[in-house]
Amino acid sequence: MLTTLRDLLRFSLSFRFGLLILLLVAAAVLTSFFAPFPPERRREVPRKFRGDPPSAQYVLGTTALGQDVFWMTVTGIRNTLVIAGIAVLVGRGIGVMLGMISGYLGGTADRIIQSVVESVIVIPRLPLLILIAVILAGELTFVTLGLLIGLLDWAYPSKRYRAQVLSLREREFTHTAIFSGMSTVKIVLQEHLPFITPFLLADVVSGFVFSIGIEVTLSYLGLNDLNELSLGTQIYWANEWSSLFAGKPWVMIAPVVSSIVVAVGFYLVSIGISEYLDPRKRLLRLQTPVEDGDAAATTKKAT
Amino acid sequence: MGAKGSTMQLLKSYILPRVAQWAVVIFIGVTLTFLIPRFSPVNPVDDMIGRMTAFQTIDPQAVVAMRATMEDLYGLDGSLLEQYSNFWGRLLQGDLGPSFQNFPTPVNEIIAAGLPWTVGLLTTTIILGWLLGIFAGSLVGYNQHRRWAQTLERIVIVVYPTPYLIIALVLLVIFAFYWPVFPMTGGAQGTPALTWAYISSILRFGFLPGISLVIGGFAFRFIIAKALSTTEIASDYVQYAELAAVPKRRIVMSYVIRNTMLPHVNDLALSLGSMFEGALIVEAMFGYPGLGSKLFTAISNADYNIIMGIVLLSIVGIATGSLIVDLLYPVFDPRVRLR
Repeated sequence: MLTTLRDLLRFSLSFRFGLLILLLVAAAVLTSFFAPFPPERRREVPRKFRGDPPSAQYVLGTTALGQDVFWMTVTGIRNTLVIAGIAVLVGRGIGVMLGMISGYLGGTADRIIQSVVESVIVIPRLPLLILIAVILAGELTFVTLGLLIGLLDWAYPSKRYRAQVLSLREREFTHTAIFSGMSTVKIVLQEHLPFITPFLLADVVSGFVFSIGIEVTLSYLGLNDLNELSLGTQIYWANEWSSLFAGKPWVMIAPVVSSIVVAVGFYLVSIGISEYLDPRKRLLRLQTPVEDGDAAATTKKAT
Repeated sequence: MGAKGSTMQLLKSYILPRVAQWAVVIFIGVTLTFLIPRFSPVNPVDDMIGRMTAFQTIDPQAVVAMRATMEDLYGLDGSLLEQYSNFWGRLLQGDLGPSFQNFPTPVNEIIAAGLPWTVGLLTTTIILGWLLGIFAGSLVGYNQHRRWAQTLERIVIVVYPTPYLIIALVLLVIFAFYWPVFPMTGGAQGTPALTWAYISSILRFGFLPGISLVIGGFAFRFIIAKALSTTEIASDYVQYAELAAVPKRRIVMSYVIRNTMLPHVNDLALSLGSMFEGALIVEAMFGYPGLGSKLFTAISNADYNIIMGIVLLSIVGIATGSLIVDLLYPVFDPRVRLR
């Protein structure tokens, strides 16, 4: 595990940057727990500071309603990550299960599952999500929104796990395990899961990118719990109060920039991990520094 | 095997399964759309009518008509199977009920008014983003160690994970608000006619929404094209071509891009959905008169029938779009055509 991390840090520029961003994001999330007052509450900032641009006291400025944009944003990041986290957990959970079932069963069951999966991939998700969210409008909380996003985001991942299982099933060591009398459950858990875990990790990270985007989008449309703070609801309110026309762009800029930064952070880490998993790149990494090629280019940049 | 035999073969081994897949997609999509309101903890019909009548006075006749269509489209009367067959019956007749906000205008009419805008915007931007992405991605893949290539790649890495909403928002704020070179909202100016004034206004109004979509589609295609061409240039033939002093431009344009084209065509079908979703958001953002802004108004007015109509249309539309792309695939790939 540690050597993997060391290799990732050493060979992948994107991983290094991504991890740095995610550490900053984690710091923001931690900070959010120390808010001096509930950041969504209005009239917390003294009257004479309301609607002020960023200053030493209010780093990201304040809203005209008396909220501190800094505390709003760090809390928003935290809540967006909670929603995305639930979505990723649910989506990858279904994806892994379905992919493994499909891969191990094979035959007709596999064909039926694959036909469903292929269809779900083609069906546009956003309109469906909007339909559900409109129906549940009053009932939406972070948890239900996360669940909803997750319930519609498993098709692509499940295909990938199925492919993994199919290739693992034909490997030499699987046959050895079967012939030496290992039970199927044990083969799956002890022999195959370790191969699938890295892919799962890459997938979880990239799943965050998608879920964050969907959260921001749905919230902008007003389909979230608008009384709570998230990056999306913050953008929604900034738009609703027409902060730009009122000459208070910082209210809008903070959540917009944060959502780009958070998404890019996750994406960079996911590029790093998938590069690491790519067998061709792995060969390059094992070779001693060659003058041409990717590994050389990355090491050069590192020094 | 004669030409006729191979056509039959193609029909059986490629076209028919693909059409069957299309039918399955639509079946699953419509069934999902049917089931969703029925598994919701709130009774959508009561909830809707409650919400509608709470804020405004509505013609009682409208309420009755609303209840009737809603009962069919989301209603909880009769057995589930009966409801299901009613639902399909209405759909096949193309009857999506009236809009609540603009009663009694049928949803069909409202959707039909927005459709040409969305289709126009979407086809132009999909093609542009796709071509530019393949072109730039392949060039960058071939010139990996050049500074401009690395800069472009870094820009794309930041743009790619950014949701369409944010791309559109940033463009809107910069180019329509702070530096108003483009109009902020709308689709065209003046009366529809084949005059330069009208057509140029379509281009001017469509520019920012279009560019947002092109940027999104471009970033996605760029990343795939770069990955594919990086693998491709490791092939022997590229090295031989370089040794034989074939001009670099020719290597990229006629060999690398050509040889990596098939996955791009294949992928196009799968990326239609996300481009369409992007178009919905971008249109809502810019008040572009397509389906996106209709959807946006429908959401804020809780105009159920319109939302339902757009959901169903998008499922059928995307499924059909990707079917068409897939059916064109044999034209590009002789291996499928002449199997």
